Amino acid sequence: MNIQFTAEKLLEVKDIIARYPDGKQKSALIPVLHLAQQEFGGWLDVPVMDYVASLLQLKPIEVYEVATFYSMFNMKPVGKYVLEVCQTGPCMICGSDRIIEHIQQKLGIKPGETTADGLFTLKPAECLGACGYAPMMQLGKHFKEHLTIEKVDAILDELRAAAQS
Amino acid sequence: MSDIQKVKVTIDGISVEVPVGTNIVDAARVIGGDIVPPTMCYYSKLEGSGGKCRSCLVEVSKGSEKDPRPMPKLVASCRTAVMDGMEVKSITSDRVRDAREGVTEFLLINHPMDCPVCDQAGECKLQDLSYEHGDVGTRTEFVRRTFEPEDIGPYIQLHMNRCIMCYRCVFAAQQLCDVREHGIMNRGERSQISTYIEQALDNEMVGNVIDVCPVGALTDKTFRFKNRVWFTKPVDAHRECDTCCGEVRLWMRGEEVYRVTARRDEYWEVFEASNGKTGWICNTCRFHKKKVSDWVIEGPAKINRHSVITQGHYVGAHNPQENLINEVIGKSPKLLFDIHSQSDVNRPEIELSHISGPAHSDNFLPNKKIDQERVLDVGRKK
Amino acid sequence: MKLLLAKAHIPNIRSYEVWKANGGYASVEKALKMTTDEIVEEVKKSGLRGRGGAGFPTGMKWSFIAKPEGVPRHLVVNADESEPGTFKDRYLMEFLPHLFIEGIIISSYALGSNTSYIYIRGEYAWIPDILNAAIAEAKAAGYLGKNILGTGFDLEIHVHRGAGAYICGEETALIESIEGKRGNPRIKPPFPAVQGLWMRPTVVNNVESIAAVSPIIEMGGEAYSKIGVGKSTGTKLISACGNINKPGVYEIDMTISVEEFIYSDAYCGGIANGKRLKACIPGGSSVPILPANLLLKTAKGEPRMMNYESLSDGGFQTGTMMGSGGFIVLDEDQCIVRHTMSLAHFYMHESCGQCSPCREGTGWMYRILKNIEYGKGKMKDIDLLWDVQRRIEGNTICPLGDAAAWPVAAAIRHFRDEFEWHVTHPEEAQVRNFGLAHYADERTVVAP
Repeated sequence: MNIQFTAEKLLEVKDIIARYPDGKQKSALIPVLHLAQQEFGGWLDVPVMDYVASLLQLKPIEVYEVATFYSMFNMKPVGKYVLEVCQTGPCMICGSDRIIEHIQQKLGIKPGETTADGLFTLKPAECLGACGYAPMMQLGKHFKEHLTIEKVDAILDELRAAAQS
Repeated sequence: MSDIQKVKVTIDGISVEVPVGTNIVDAARVIGGDIVPPTMCYYSKLEGSGGKCRSCLVEVSKGSEKDPRPMPKLVASCRTAVMDGMEVKSITSDRVRDAREGVTEFLLINHPMDCPVCDQAGECKLQDLSYEHGDVGTRTEFVRRTFEPEDIGPYIQLHMNRCIMCYRCVFAAQQLCDVREHGIMNRGERSQISTYIEQALDNEMVGNVIDVCPVGALTDKTFRFKNRVWFTKPVDAHRECDTCCGEVRLWMRGEEVYRVTARRDEYWEVFEASNGKTGWICNTCRFHKKKVSDWVIEGPAKINRHSVITQGHYVGAHNPQENLINEVIGKSPKLLFDIHSQSDVNRPEIELSHISGPAHSDNFLPNKKIDQERVLDVGRKK
Repeated sequence: MKLLLAKAHIPNIRSYEVWKANGGYASVEKALKMTTDEIVEEVKKSGLRGRGGAGFPTGMKWSFIAKPEGVPRHLVVNADESEPGTFKDRYLMEFLPHLFIEGIIISSYALGSNTSYIYIRGEYAWIPDILNAAIAEAKAAGYLGKNILGTGFDLEIHVHRGAGAYICGEETALIESIEGKRGNPRIKPPFPAVQGLWMRPTVVNNVESIAAVSPIIEMGGEAYSKIGVGKSTGTKLISACGNINKPGVYEIDMTISVEEFIYSDAYCGGIANGKRLKACIPGGSSVPILPANLLLKTAKGEPRMMNYESLSDGGFQTGTMMGSGGFIVLDEDQCIVRHTMSLAHFYMHESCGQCSPCREGTGWMYRILKNIEYGKGKMKDIDLLWDVQRRIEGNTICPLGDAAAWPVAAAIRHFRDEFEWHVTHPEEAQVRNFGLAHYADERTVVAP
């Protein structure tokens, strides 16, 4: 894969850098890593991080340190859809254990694993800030809330269909 | 009179005057002795270090002359500046001793305890900390944390399982090298020292990370498994070097140089070199000058006897004698006697560094004189 | 009494036109005619306490900001809402972005910040779009940008998205994170008010605190301080969740009782499925959990009220804290050991790993709790757990150590019988829950 942002994305990077004072372009690191993860296959491979480092005039090690710290950056390849199911206290008392169990059985994967077809990754997550709408999971940019077993089945079917078309 | 304003601080009842802005640890080091808080992460020569290991916690029982209120929490003495009239309790505070015991336990629950095969054993700060502040026994029954081994080149051995995350090596690489190539990866209990891409650290000054490491996480690969530190004799030496100050400490056995390090004081801090700068040394001096003829020998180095080198170092010794006497009825348990009544090995008056070659029981025979001349001659032969 | 959510029911209130038509930006116009000192004075008078969890008086925090010549100052809004049980800031930002922006404009003006940042947690991925749209609208209307309303005051607001780290809710970790570093809290002093973002004087405030500045300026600090009771002035958003009939975000004026809050149909609407109340964590997962009997009445036998003083009545022995207002209710079917284990896992996962007690201690607590929960615990493990939390608390760089220790301490303090039952009945504990004990709420339960 050629690791190079499109011209349009490069403009976005420039915009992000401009939010911070001159010489403080390191502040743009986390937003640019988000962008890179989105553009280059959903995870951060070493060449991707090196590319980000060169864009922001940083040492590669500074990028590795930051990328490995934050839980939203995937350091290994993930499936097309990452099911991040919250498992913290408030979700747990509302039944998140059952939801995680169900997804494991239905997809035949353990937490942290990806299905053989590369479609789904199950990633149990810590509190995502939707405790009142528990149990819930994050799917890409959005939250799926008030989950039930049936609702999870419907979501998985919908995603499969979307991936095929 | 000097322009530097001085403030008075009292630590465990001993008063000392230090310049404004000095932190509590450095003030305590001016006093010296047992009241000096242990420091696993603080390194005065590395900017930004300290505050992380929490082993130097002290109680501030009086904030200052102006504001005498005590500080509610224990504070990290390495990152707290002294105020005029401040009163600090270090080993005289039960809270402090309890907290340090806690920190020691936290640092040990995932430590591999592989001292018998660790090159740092004998000069390890974690060993010292456990002797002085640790509890007997262990309360954890869980599998210890391990990391995948990572090769960081031919000179430095990284043993992440032993690391206590003091960050000293990161500060050292940041401040001494042009490019820092290793750092902290991941977070929480999985945080680790790594290059992430398993590359060799090859900066000319990067060898100093070995000297600042308080434990056996970063050791000298050229010295690996060659000897135990207590069998080697420290000898100060120097050479002309374009890169660094060239003032080093050779760790020798017989006439062989096993290891070269910077000169460090009892707090593990590198001495000031004669040029007035901190005495960091370069990789060439450290790894490639292993012949006596490379060096001008200055003489044996005086080292602080501590940890395994000195027995009788345990604080609050646990003494089961009374119980045993009841149990063994009439038989004297020889093992529990003072070692000196049975053996002359390691007599306190014998300087280990004056012993030529490996320490041997012959060296400890009664009335045995140490041949000082032979030691000093080492460099001049050949 | 509603101040923050007063307009939340108006359709399409998210858009600038509707907001403006309903009296929006009046507070900004009023504030920009005042001097900065007058605004700080009003906020001080209001008695507003930081809504992020610590409850530090906002006006006082503002007055600490250093003002060295020629050094820019910054306001950073802490929208890294990650405390389990808390989702109130999300509601404010998602539905009332203009109220939030009003607060930022006034606060930035008062603090002299020409560039202010909103640090939002990365998982709230769709909210930056809402905020950026609202910022653009406010800019088009002349409330942001250069020379706002002809006062000569310039302000830009930028949204900075985090990437998944609870620790970045700690103000110095948040600052490090904006600087593009790992979210390791800094060792204080220096405090952010002196050396914060890029070593410049910085104030970090919670979203709700900043949003509250708008009604304070509109009604005056004096009037705001008359709402509520004692030092708990104004209104507080409570995000209620767990086993209740009506989870959601409620605005309360801190004069109602906990009992009313849980059982009234205006708020939580009682415990779900006709169950009984077992326990509650009233201020986000970090504050001590209380059993029903101590939650509804203080140790002195007085009804416990939903305000800072009453919730902390009795200290940690018999009280708890207001915290961030994340109100987690547990019914009789919940297992305290399992819940505590889940929270311990959270803190283990979120510890930055910088200082030893937190890095090693949080994982240790989780593993001991896991043993007890899965029937492998011993009696001495409970004492060990107590000892571990005790040695973490107060000995760490930042409050995450305390936050990890308090829930464990409180669970053992109030529910020790349940821990012991897990140890003495390891097999039974795998198939059923301990249920209620002497600490149950005495009220009769009506079946649904």
